[in-house]
Amino acid sequence: MKASVIVFPGSNCDRDAAVALEAATGQAPAMVWHGDSEIPASDLIVLPGGFSYGDYLRSGAMAAHSPVMREVVARARGGTPVLGICNGFQVLTEAGLLPGVLMRNATLKFVCKDVWLRVERNDTAYTRRYVKGEVVRFAIAHKDGSYFADEATLARLEGEGRVAFRYCDEKGEVTDDANPNGSRRNIAGIYNETGTVLGLMPHPERLADPALSGTDGAKMFLSLVETLH
Amino acid sequence: MNIAAGAARAADILTPDVVAEHGLSADEYQLLVAALGREPSLTELGIFSVMWSEHCSYKSSRVWLKKLPTEGPQVIQGPGENAGVVDIGDGQAAVFKMESHNHPSYIEPYQGAATGVGGIMRDVFTMGARPVANMNALRFGAPEHPKTKHLVAGVVSGIGDYGNCMGVPTVGGETNFDPRYNDNILVNAMCVGLVDSGRIFKSAAKGIGHSVVYVGSKTGRDGIHGATMASAEFDEASEEKRPTVQVGDPFTEKLLLEACLELMEEDAIVAIQDMGAAGLTSSSVEMADKGGVGIELELDRVPTREENMTAYEMMLSESQERMLMVLKPGSEKAAERVFRKWELDFSVIGYTTDTGHLVVRHRGIVEANIPLAALAHAAPVYERPWTKKEPQGVVAPEEVPPPNSMLGALECLMGSPHLSSRRWIWEQYDHMVMADTVQRPGGDAAVVRVHGTKKGLAIACDVTPRYCAADPYEGAKQAVAECWRNLTSVGADPLAITDCMNFGNPERPEIMGEFVGAVEGMAEACTALSFPVVSGNVSLYNETNGVAIPPTPAIGGIGLIPDIAAMTTVALKRQGDVLMLLGAEAGHLGQSLYMQVMLDRTHGAPPPVDLDAERRAGDLVRGLIRDGCLSAVHDVSDGGLLVAIAEMALAGGHGVELDAIPAPLPPHALWFGEDQGRYVVAASPDQADAIHKAAAVAKVPLRLLGKVGGDAIKLEGEPPLPLAALRIAHEDWLPRFMAHG
Repeated sequence: MKASVIVFPGSNCDRDAAVALEAATGQAPAMVWHGDSEIPASDLIVLPGGFSYGDYLRSGAMAAHSPVMREVVARARGGTPVLGICNGFQVLTEAGLLPGVLMRNATLKFVCKDVWLRVERNDTAYTRRYVKGEVVRFAIAHKDGSYFADEATLARLEGEGRVAFRYCDEKGEVTDDANPNGSRRNIAGIYNETGTVLGLMPHPERLADPALSGTDGAKMFLSLVETLH
Repeated sequence: MNIAAGAARAADILTPDVVAEHGLSADEYQLLVAALGREPSLTELGIFSVMWSEHCSYKSSRVWLKKLPTEGPQVIQGPGENAGVVDIGDGQAAVFKMESHNHPSYIEPYQGAATGVGGIMRDVFTMGARPVANMNALRFGAPEHPKTKHLVAGVVSGIGDYGNCMGVPTVGGETNFDPRYNDNILVNAMCVGLVDSGRIFKSAAKGIGHSVVYVGSKTGRDGIHGATMASAEFDEASEEKRPTVQVGDPFTEKLLLEACLELMEEDAIVAIQDMGAAGLTSSSVEMADKGGVGIELELDRVPTREENMTAYEMMLSESQERMLMVLKPGSEKAAERVFRKWELDFSVIGYTTDTGHLVVRHRGIVEANIPLAALAHAAPVYERPWTKKEPQGVVAPEEVPPPNSMLGALECLMGSPHLSSRRWIWEQYDHMVMADTVQRPGGDAAVVRVHGTKKGLAIACDVTPRYCAADPYEGAKQAVAECWRNLTSVGADPLAITDCMNFGNPERPEIMGEFVGAVEGMAEACTALSFPVVSGNVSLYNETNGVAIPPTPAIGGIGLIPDIAAMTTVALKRQGDVLMLLGAEAGHLGQSLYMQVMLDRTHGAPPPVDLDAERRAGDLVRGLIRDGCLSAVHDVSDGGLLVAIAEMALAGGHGVELDAIPAPLPPHALWFGEDQGRYVVAASPDQADAIHKAAAVAKVPLRLLGKVGGDAIKLEGEPPLPLAALRIAHEDWLPRFMAHG
């Protein structure tokens, strides 16, 4: 599997994503600078976490208009899997590849901690190594992670099975207490219509190494390798 | 009067008032005139005033700082550069420093704390190191003081927003609440970076005719005279100093970091220095002075973000996220290409000369022409008078009333402002970015893996201000020893420290005496523990209307774990493990949290530190960790033994069954005494013999405490304290305090 990681000014999880991808694929991904308008042939494109353009204006808003994003949007529309993590999810919504918006956390504060997630589907390129309904532990680190969309959009996402992960407790119960940021319906990540574009606030790459007290995130990268070779 | 605005109007009329506004005494002014050989221009006065400020010149502390040990086989760079450097093997080195940003953080907590973090990270990446971890040591006033909540909220979000955006994990620190910080909070930020030993960059601008290059943000009028502000006491008018607090832009600093590291890959840089306190003045003077050259600056080429800035303003601005570099001939184009790629300003603003002078031109006029030696070496050095504090008597355990219930007292202590969980703070810091944080906040020391290796860097910050207030000498010794102990507890070889010396007004002999005592205590402990000081900073004048903070020599230490597979944490791991105490017990309750929280008494001598016993106990524990004998380790510090055990139980989610206390000391003195040099360790029962034997060989006292089991703290003769209840008491205080705004 050949992956490309897009690097915006202010990206800061680009190396973490590259390390996790290399651990899963045995091959270092291409690091693509935001000013480039070409992306090498890729089986997967990753928009990493961070503070692209300092999160000025709105998180992800300026990155969504950088030269490289025209190409990312074109590839995504052509069926190439695109994974947006944290700031990458914000960029995907700002670029119109995913519906809704990430608002300031309900607490109004940045939050960094491990969270439990329920895997809503395991029939996508990202989740085939998981069991449907499995409870996994990922890490979050964001200030603008409260997923919001209007009721019609939420109903459509639910109806089309496009909710990828939900915040839950250790037993898999989707409760208000387990919702770290006020996201509607505890939504932590969503797919596009075809299930090829995934945006999520939690960081799978941060718990993909036994030395870091968890490996649940590694299965996402292994799923991708298995699907995309 | 606003100095900056006044300067522009009243150029070069240097009345005694103008001199005094620059923080220079009449004697110092005479010294300046003698060094210069004539009266200065206003710009020159401004340049002298910041270079000779306490903050930049260390004029009150310099004679004493020489007493600190700064050498060792592990030391690559001691004090004098932007940060200290120690060898961590395999051609790699750790670069680290701690610095205060106290005065600005009190006036404007968010920006003050944020720019403190930004400044310390620049000190580290200036040397070619990629920052890999931040820490901070924070002291706030009493929780009930009307400003405390506002200051906590602002400082924590300022630190968080800056480090989070930079993508450097903030992995821990410490926080105290004490009414003696009501009007002078302390914000001490530490940064640790990694570099290849052969690629360390320094600030000596050697060579004549080299380009002096300005990179980073544009220069504005913010922070003018910040260094002078940091060198004076606060009074009622201090709020008016808000305009001298700088404004941070972590996004620009992230770009500056990447651009600098990218350029450092090439062979282009002779010297590099960040523009921190005293901005362009301090950076250009230090680089030229260290390189033994002169420097000529053309201020018309300085990128500015405001119009009509004067030479005075440009030389004294403390605008953030700026660097000064001296380039090798012919590398200007390559360097400019890198900085343009990162969308940063780049401008050749001068060159090195053989004159030994700092010459500043602006609009065709020579605004300053000063021999560098006068700025860097003719600054006054004071041997200020000092008096030694009368030591307090040792409190005998029998003099201190016992609590009705030990576990009741434990619950009170664990839920007090002093010992309650700091989770509310560190969850606002991204402590996991870079994916190498192998030990997160909440333990004895944070550990970050050296990227791509199995090595770990352990990092801890420590000082116990109430000990230092009672006895600066013993308190400073204790701060160094506790830091060393915390690094040992995770299995690290302690390597070296950085310090942040926070004190009141040194012109008062009793304050100077605190400083002297603290330096002597640190020197003794650092020598005994082979734990040299490689960088640091002094922050004086932390007082308001004549009331000073407690002496607070904050110690930031780093240690090396050769293989993180043999790292320990405080968390109890298994039911059935045995719990043991290593180290001598004397039941010392003077200055304990037990006396403060339960009895509202704060007197007595602090616990003494026996440095020989400290070293033996630490070396024993580290050896046992490396041999794989221990399943959990925690040092005994604030609150004493029972608190240490409770923290281990909460971290691991396992209860403990404790044996009865042996005679003859009163039980509350053993459970809550704060005797130094002790560790609680857990081990599987089949290791117990080996541990006993090793302790006997090392001549370290060992006492069996009980065993791991159940879901409560159990103590003979008292109802068990369920962990669930204890956890609520421990976790609840800070979020509840901060929620009621």
